[in-house]
Amino acid sequence: MIVKQISVFLENKTGRLNDVAALLGKSGINMTAFSVADNSDFGILRAIVSDPEKAQEVLKSNKFAVSLTDVICLHSPNTPGALSSALDILAKENIYIEYMYAFAEGVGANIIIKPSNLQGCVEALQKNKLELIAANDLYRF
Amino acid sequence: MIWNESVECMSREEMRKVQSIRLKRVVERVYHNCEPYRKRMQEAGVTPDDIQSIDDIVKLPFTSKKDLRDYYPFGLLSAPMSEIVRVHASSGTTGKPIVVGYTRADLAMWAEAGARCLTAYGLGKNDVVQVSYGYGLFTGGLGAHAAVENIGGTVIPMSSGNTEKQIMLMKDLGAKALAATPSYALYLAEALANSGIPRDEFQLKVGIFGAEPWTEAMRKDLEAKLGIKAYDIYGLTEISGPGVGFECECQNGTHLNEDLFYPEIINPETGEPVEPGKEGELVFTTLTKEGMPLIRFRTRDLTKLIYEKCSCGRTLVRMGRILGRSDDMLIIRGVNVFPSQVEAVLCEQEEFEPHFFITVDRVNNTDTFEIQVEVKEAYYSDEISKMLNLQKKLAHKIQSVVGIQPAIKLVEPRSIERSQGKAKRVLDKRKFQ
Repeated sequence: MIVKQISVFLENKTGRLNDVAALLGKSGINMTAFSVADNSDFGILRAIVSDPEKAQEVLKSNKFAVSLTDVICLHSPNTPGALSSALDILAKENIYIEYMYAFAEGVGANIIIKPSNLQGCVEALQKNKLELIAANDLYRF
Repeated sequence: MIWNESVECMSREEMRKVQSIRLKRVVERVYHNCEPYRKRMQEAGVTPDDIQSIDDIVKLPFTSKKDLRDYYPFGLLSAPMSEIVRVHASSGTTGKPIVVGYTRADLAMWAEAGARCLTAYGLGKNDVVQVSYGYGLFTGGLGAHAAVENIGGTVIPMSSGNTEKQIMLMKDLGAKALAATPSYALYLAEALANSGIPRDEFQLKVGIFGAEPWTEAMRKDLEAKLGIKAYDIYGLTEISGPGVGFECECQNGTHLNEDLFYPEIINPETGEPVEPGKEGELVFTTLTKEGMPLIRFRTRDLTKLIYEKCSCGRTLVRMGRILGRSDDMLIIRGVNVFPSQVEAVLCEQEEFEPHFFITVDRVNNTDTFEIQVEVKEAYYSDEISKMLNLQKKLAHKIQSVVGIQPAIKLVEPRSIERSQGKAKRVLDKRKFQ
């Protein structure tokens, strides 16, 4: 139930994000979801890709700072209040969210969550019958 | 106007005689009163008897800034504490400042040097001088203060800060001259323009600027904004403070008070004197100081000396513009910064690579100090807050060693240039030439 996310450190320079996208594209690696967290000097690209290990290798050999991070992917209905009910569960279990990003399409939405307590988060969500997506399924989107 | 014509316009031959007599006397003083000097001369096989003329100065060992730190605070004094009446200190590079002790005679000598400067700027006993250098351990405030009193002028001991009051008193007391760092003077100039007070309500005509490097462009800017003539005053804490040298009305080099502070130019690599007129490292010997005389003190400033008589009538040797430094020291916001200090801090931090690149610039008259660093692979995080914490921690560490806070810029791995030889690790964008 755990998904590997790649995190890439990027200086705030024109074209830097494109350098990553181009490298992954050339290597036949697909991006399913990503977000960029930034401050004035630098940003961190977080992405779910079709082959995280290969992505890491390719980027590292091109001098990028890359790490793999365990996150989870929650699948929820694309309806009002759906996110809130999931977050309620986490709040009750005292699980913090370090960051999250989401993409919705049609009737469903996928939410990538980096929780403070990965295992606790998985258990809490499954106990409440929320749908988590496995890595392999995610990459098929 | 010339304060001390008999000295300032002395023939070169007479000057050499004065310097020879004084050198012999100061060497005897340090040899008999200061252990580190005696030891070093003995190691070099020199005794005071070997010093018969100013030319013999080349036999003497050099003194460096490091010596002043090593013998902190009073190890280099050549007078008993009972004769020391004041201390000044310069910003330290490793936590400890450099302390200089003055006897009564040293303060009188310094005031004499300062009086020559002010007189050259056209100031006299009828003039009001606003001293906006900081008062305190820094030599600027009290040094300029004593010089004004010595020429019989009226001193406004403003110190720096409190801009509104600066402007009010400058106007109300009819200050003719302003003594300040050029960057503070620029700040005052802007405040003055914003005050809306008409220029003709001020008597200001002369600027006495020094204590930090400044350029011809800054001079023009200051002269235009303040409606004054701006003069350079040169000095080093180690040697005494402002008054070591000054510009005359010709503004064609900085006259050095060479009967008090003997200048040499050496090749910074070999330590040998260069041919007259050639560029090299400036070295000073204090010829009359008692408290803490310095023999052949290496300033690390690169410049040249001009021995021709100046059209102002003075024969005092002139120093050209400071062209740079023979070590890699930077002066940022008045604080001495060595890149090696930054390197030492980085090497102690497990999260960072030892590579760095310093960029210094001047924005709105304030120096900026940025250090690019690379985080070690294992410490790159997917969380912004962790990266910001790394940044903050390093900035704090460097500040505790260097004395001023840098802006830390995290860059991508291996993006800082590596080089086998001497890597270029500093970019100083400030324009002093």
